[in-house]
Amino acid sequence: MPIPDRIERTLDLAQPPERVWEALTSAEGLGGWFGNRATVDLRPGGTASIEWDNEQGTRATLTIAVVEPPVRFAWTWGIQGLPDSDPRRTYVEFTLTPSGGGTRLTVVESGFAQVPDDLLGTAYQGNVEGWAEELGELADYLDAAA
Amino acid sequence: MQRPDPEEVAESVFAALAEPTRRSILSTLAARGPATATDLAELLPISRQAIAKHLDLLADAGLVLAEPGERRRIRYRVNAAPMAIAQSYLAALARDWDSKLARLRQVLEGPD
Repeated sequence: MPIPDRIERTLDLAQPPERVWEALTSAEGLGGWFGNRATVDLRPGGTASIEWDNEQGTRATLTIAVVEPPVRFAWTWGIQGLPDSDPRRTYVEFTLTPSGGGTRLTVVESGFAQVPDDLLGTAYQGNVEGWAEELGELADYLDAAA
Repeated sequence: MQRPDPEEVAESVFAALAEPTRRSILSTLAARGPATATDLAELLPISRQAIAKHLDLLADAGLVLAEPGERRRIRYRVNAAPMAIAQSYLAALARDWDSKLARLRQVLEGPD
């Protein structure tokens, strides 16, 4: 049974697209339903930073890809649990369609199953070997300083 | 290198982790660094022969890498790449859009 590369949800909201757009794209909105605090530079190529009030102090940086008010909003972000150095990012796209005074909102997140060519190559093995090398460098540094 | 099928890679990770002896071996290698089958036999309540068999299987699946060590003894170390692929599958299951979207609906409806 394949595990999905793509997550898709549709929900019908009573509010018009303009209000839903505001909740999806403003710092106040994203900091209200998605995280606990947010800053947003709302333009293609801009970044948004989201923070959560949990013990780990989780934060995420989104790179905004599409801003078409009040129809389409998209960003890319890293995959949860993977190191920051991991090249993989998933693509999240919201589509807002007017629907009887309210909004039909579709969210699609895709790219979980991507495997870049270099993933099984040197990049990852480098991470593992890195510890021994870095500890060696630390020892050299301390020896030199002594 | 041949392009891996992510599903096959993830399956080999989950199959390896489903077996308690292999879990112990991988945890020990992750915690203590590269080790030979003999090193592992001293650390774990399992025979060296059984450990060697599991290490072969883990190496075939690409989850550990065999490297020549001192006195031609083979040392094994964890290979992180397959774990990272399995992890992205787990991330898809853990992303939890359902509770976030329920919260969005709540926020839009406002305090009542």
